[in-house]
Amino acid sequence: MIEGALWRRWTFSYLPLILFVIVLLFPFYWMIITTFRPDGELYRPWNAANNMPFWTNKPTLEHITYLFEETNFARWMFNTMFIAAVSTLISLFCGVLAGYALARLNFPWAGSLGTLIFVTYLVPQTLLFIPLAEIIRDFRLGDTPWSLILTYPTFLIPFCTWLMMGYFKAIPKELEECARIDGASRWKAMVYIIIPVAVPGILSAGIIAFTLSWNEFIYALVFLSSPDQKTVAVGVTSELIRGDVFFWGSLMAGALLGSIPVAVVYSFFVEHYVSGLTGSVKG
Amino acid sequence: MAEVSLHKLNKKFDTTHVVKDVDLQIRDKEFMVFVGPSGCGKTTTLRMIAGLEAITTGEIRIGNTVVNEVPPMDRDIAMVFQNYALYPHMSVASNMAFGLKMRKFEKNEIEQRIKRAATILGIEGLLNRKPRQLSGGQRQRVALGRAIVRDPAVFLFDEPLSNLDAKLRVQMRVELKKLHERLAVTSVYVTHDQVEAMTLGDRVVVMKDGVVQQVGEPLELYNTPANRFVAGFIGSPAMNFADVTVSENGGHPVAEAPGLRIVLPDAVAARARAKLGRKATLGIRPEDIHLAGAADSAGHCFEASVEVVEQLGSEILLDTRVGAATVVASVDPMVKVRPHDKLRLALNPSRLHLFDAETEAAI
Repeated sequence: MIEGALWRRWTFSYLPLILFVIVLLFPFYWMIITTFRPDGELYRPWNAANNMPFWTNKPTLEHITYLFEETNFARWMFNTMFIAAVSTLISLFCGVLAGYALARLNFPWAGSLGTLIFVTYLVPQTLLFIPLAEIIRDFRLGDTPWSLILTYPTFLIPFCTWLMMGYFKAIPKELEECARIDGASRWKAMVYIIIPVAVPGILSAGIIAFTLSWNEFIYALVFLSSPDQKTVAVGVTSELIRGDVFFWGSLMAGALLGSIPVAVVYSFFVEHYVSGLTGSVKG
Repeated sequence: MAEVSLHKLNKKFDTTHVVKDVDLQIRDKEFMVFVGPSGCGKTTTLRMIAGLEAITTGEIRIGNTVVNEVPPMDRDIAMVFQNYALYPHMSVASNMAFGLKMRKFEKNEIEQRIKRAATILGIEGLLNRKPRQLSGGQRQRVALGRAIVRDPAVFLFDEPLSNLDAKLRVQMRVELKKLHERLAVTSVYVTHDQVEAMTLGDRVVVMKDGVVQQVGEPLELYNTPANRFVAGFIGSPAMNFADVTVSENGGHPVAEAPGLRIVLPDAVAARARAKLGRKATLGIRPEDIHLAGAADSAGHCFEASVEVVEQLGSEILLDTRVGAATVVASVDPMVKVRPHDKLRLALNPSRLHLFDAETEAAI
């Protein structure tokens, strides 16, 4: 907190904060207000006499009903949920084991291998989808959820591995040594001691991985084509923008409903999440 | 119950040679303390005994078994770590039970052992708490309890008291000593604190740069240090050293330095004669220096000017200057001394030590 005169606190603290909050929350506000406005208001010219872009006096649920009755939105939600959950589980499983190995087992080239894994994370998806599309086609996985469940880990595993590696390194070595003297094999020491202690880290990695796959767009756009296989991000944009017609109300309703699960997941684990990112092991 | 023997033990990390040719017999039920400055290889030696560090060359036996290739879990040892290494997600009772569960003990047996250990250590009331709800001293006790319940052949301690505050450290030191008397289990204890080493150890190993300097009972190290390093490391305040030249005067070898001329006692005279005309280091402990009186012969007295007076209550430490050397003397608390006073001090000739200037070995 900045100490001192009132004007100083306002200039350097409150005003920037208020601006930041407005910039951050305005898109959400816009999304919400658009969802509940009737079409008549949405397509009114900006210079019309009764234009009122930031508020509505006639809120309606018609866009949400449209979403569920005229499109496959429920199906998209299920697809997204399923794909995000399974790919997150796969990535967490691999990431935790790989992170542990890189942090704790002193095998030759461990350091370079860690860097290499990180580098693969840096390869942009916009390049990677081309060779991946070929592989997906060869394995005949196109237009199935598995095309995404198996490709999302290409960026989720490096991410989880790196996050977990850092977390495991922060756990005192003695805990594990003590467990091994106590009679646990390396595997048991990991399962009974290290992993329970690393739960906040695992949760953080899981939440971020879930969000990344929930929001993923390019792979989903390329690998899925039939309407009932799509994820929310792709479904909403491809089915509710027809030609140059934007169904703004339903688009925003889709975006709003699509972001709710992520928000729920975040708020549910927020305490663990914070302690996971700050890497605190008390004891 | 077991003996531990180390034979020509060596440890190298890449190019650094941290433990060099350590030979040691730790007897059954003995409390052996490794002491030395940081980086002397004492912790590495302990970790090799525990099996946490691979042995480069040499052999370790626990009982009659060579354990070089035996994993830590099968060595029948328990270890207490400096940071306690309590499992943070488990209660005190589960912490203590973990080792027994891993070894598939019966539930009743586990409960009995935990109860017994908790009674010995006075932590019965803490069994359901988590480690973070405990104070430093309590955590230390739990760590001890976790070692006790296992009923191992050997206890290993890696600086277990150094995270405690000074008062608690003294208290836990006494408790450790009592515990060892009660359990009578072979123990290996690593510390950098020579007071801990002296008070706890049946025998003490002094290490420096990976090499064992001397092994002996605490008083043996104090009274007859094998070299200058041990002499300076053991004892507080530390021994005074002065660079001297050995010469002969009237049939007696004398040690001379500016402002100092000490007639060497008969005990060292014979060996000192071989060093005539050579450089040597004279060592005398502060507690073996007193204010000169009528009974002191002139050959054991010297003039000193007082620089600092440290009142400790039970004694007074005088930092004095003798020629070019600084000499600390511990004198009777009733003596009235002030800085810049000139004093005549005398040393107890039978407590005098002489070290070779080059090899630093005791003469």
